[in-house]
Amino acid sequence: MREERRIVVRVAWDRLFSAATALLSYLSLIPLFLILYYIGRRGISAVDWDFFTSLPAPVGETGGGVSNALVGSAVLIGVACVLAVPVGIAAGVFLSEYGKSRLAGAVRLAVDVLQGIPSIVIGIIAYLWIVRPMRGFSALSGGAALAMLMLPVVVRSTEETLRLIPSALREASLALGVPRHRTVLKVILPAGLSGILTAVILGVARISGETAPLLFTAFGSPFMEWNVLRPMNSLPLMIFNYATSPYPEWHALAWGASFVLAVFMLLMNLVAKVMARRWKIRF
Amino acid sequence: MEDTILRIENLCAFFGDHRVLSCVNLSVPRNKTTAVMGPSGCGKTTLIRCINRMHELVQGASTTGRILLHDDDIHRMNPIVVRRRIGMVFQKPNPFPTMSIYDNVIAGYKLNGVRLGKAESDRIVEESLVKAALWDEVKDIIHRKGTFLSGGQQQRLCIARSLAMAPEVLLLDEPTSALDPKATSRIEQLIFELKKDVTVLLVTHNMAQAARVSDYTAFVYLGELVEFGPTEKLFTVPEDRRTEEYLTGKFG
Ligand SMILES: Nc1ncnc2c1ncn2[C@@H]1O[C@H](COP(=O)(O)OP(=O)(O)OP(=O)(O)O)[C@@H](O)[C@H]1O
Ligand SMILES: [Mg+2]
Repeated sequence: MREERRIVVRVAWDRLFSAATALLSYLSLIPLFLILYYIGRRGISAVDWDFFTSLPAPVGETGGGVSNALVGSAVLIGVACVLAVPVGIAAGVFLSEYGKSRLAGAVRLAVDVLQGIPSIVIGIIAYLWIVRPMRGFSALSGGAALAMLMLPVVVRSTEETLRLIPSALREASLALGVPRHRTVLKVILPAGLSGILTAVILGVARISGETAPLLFTAFGSPFMEWNVLRPMNSLPLMIFNYATSPYPEWHALAWGASFVLAVFMLLMNLVAKVMARRWKIRF
Repeated sequence: MEDTILRIENLCAFFGDHRVLSCVNLSVPRNKTTAVMGPSGCGKTTLIRCINRMHELVQGASTTGRILLHDDDIHRMNPIVVRRRIGMVFQKPNPFPTMSIYDNVIAGYKLNGVRLGKAESDRIVEESLVKAALWDEVKDIIHRKGTFLSGGQQQRLCIARSLAMAPEVLLLDEPTSALDPKATSRIEQLIFELKKDVTVLLVTHNMAQAARVSDYTAFVYLGELVEFGPTEKLFTVPEDRRTEEYLTGKFG
């Protein structure tokens, strides 16, 4: 009898506990939905065809678009990827394949520290190292700052992905008389490809909303600009500049840009999820 | 003894300070099947991993003594060459998950950057799969991923992958331990047929299997080679008391 009652009490606690965790996890979704709702409500009306294809209108005129900021964001992300992805993958391979050396320990520490540095500090560094010597704001310096933010994500995810690959696979290749470097390039990397691509996409999502490191590097520009050696606009910079301006038309554009940026992030995360699942390799 | 292909002299193997094999002396006859038998943890896997120099890839692992392939010391040869001449099939099937069945079979060439003509690679793939008794089952799905096959088929695919490199010696580490009786008997039959062209060194837990497929048997106990001889003799009139106790199930 007593035994039975005890079990009833335990089951009740169990139920209560799972209900509490479920409730709390729904609560954690509320801020996200509030943000999306608000951005959507204010932003969606600003997004039309002109928004994507036109340059910003002069003060006082309605309409206009943010085509230059869209192009700028794409160029900046491209520059950051070109700089960060090869280096990041190489470092990740090094850490997973030769990870017991002293140098590897140092690299790991450096990457962790880099990950913790505030993005505005990285912007200042890029200013000192690139903008000043080159005597001018440029998309290149902005891309470099974003690359430094992206690098730790790529390095650590590559390392983790490759570590999860069973050593049986490595041995299968080595036992066929395949040298180590070819084993890494042709067996290990392809097996980890989906994980690495996922990491790159998440890295892109991470940097596409960064504003602070661009303030003194890419700087912003009202013109359509393709040259990476010149100042360039980007969505977050544009949001920052327009949202702090006194003009209602610009506020509307800033809301629109926020909306586009939020949708872009959502898409990137979805793509990463789908890719990780679709391309998952069966060992 | 007739033609010897591998001569192991005073081989000791270590993981760090831990000695796993002590003073193994063994002459492996050419184009015969030699079974390596012994209780779990006695060093069978380590022994065959020394032979294709996979043992030294483990952090802190080392060996002393000599292993001669024909008359060449394998420690003086490039490990890559050693591994091309001495193939290995692992305990757990490990086909390359990113490759099709076809590419798995010629992976040894592809990964090494050897360019084969279409006709030649087709021929190698077919021949190897026929030898591994897998051709009929996979010839219509040859461009599908190798990892979609059953465990036994995957293991035969791994055998085909090793055979494609035309090795002189094939090391098999408990190739049937994860398989059902039907798949096991196919692989045993295959081992039996292989000895026309290759020397097979087969690690097995299973005494009946050793008795069925091997010409010679080595019994390893606690890192020591206790006894080596023709399978029939070792199973019927073992010289060493420990061999006899193992065979009669007193331990292991
Ligand atoms: N990577 C390793 N590091 C350290 N010790 C190891 C390692 N691999 C094996 N050993 C040790 O070496 C000894 C022999 O192992 P080995 O794998 O050769 O045994 P085995 O005869 O193949 O056993 P089984 O029949 O269970 O496969 C064991 O005592 C084991 O603890
Ligand atoms: Mg073993």
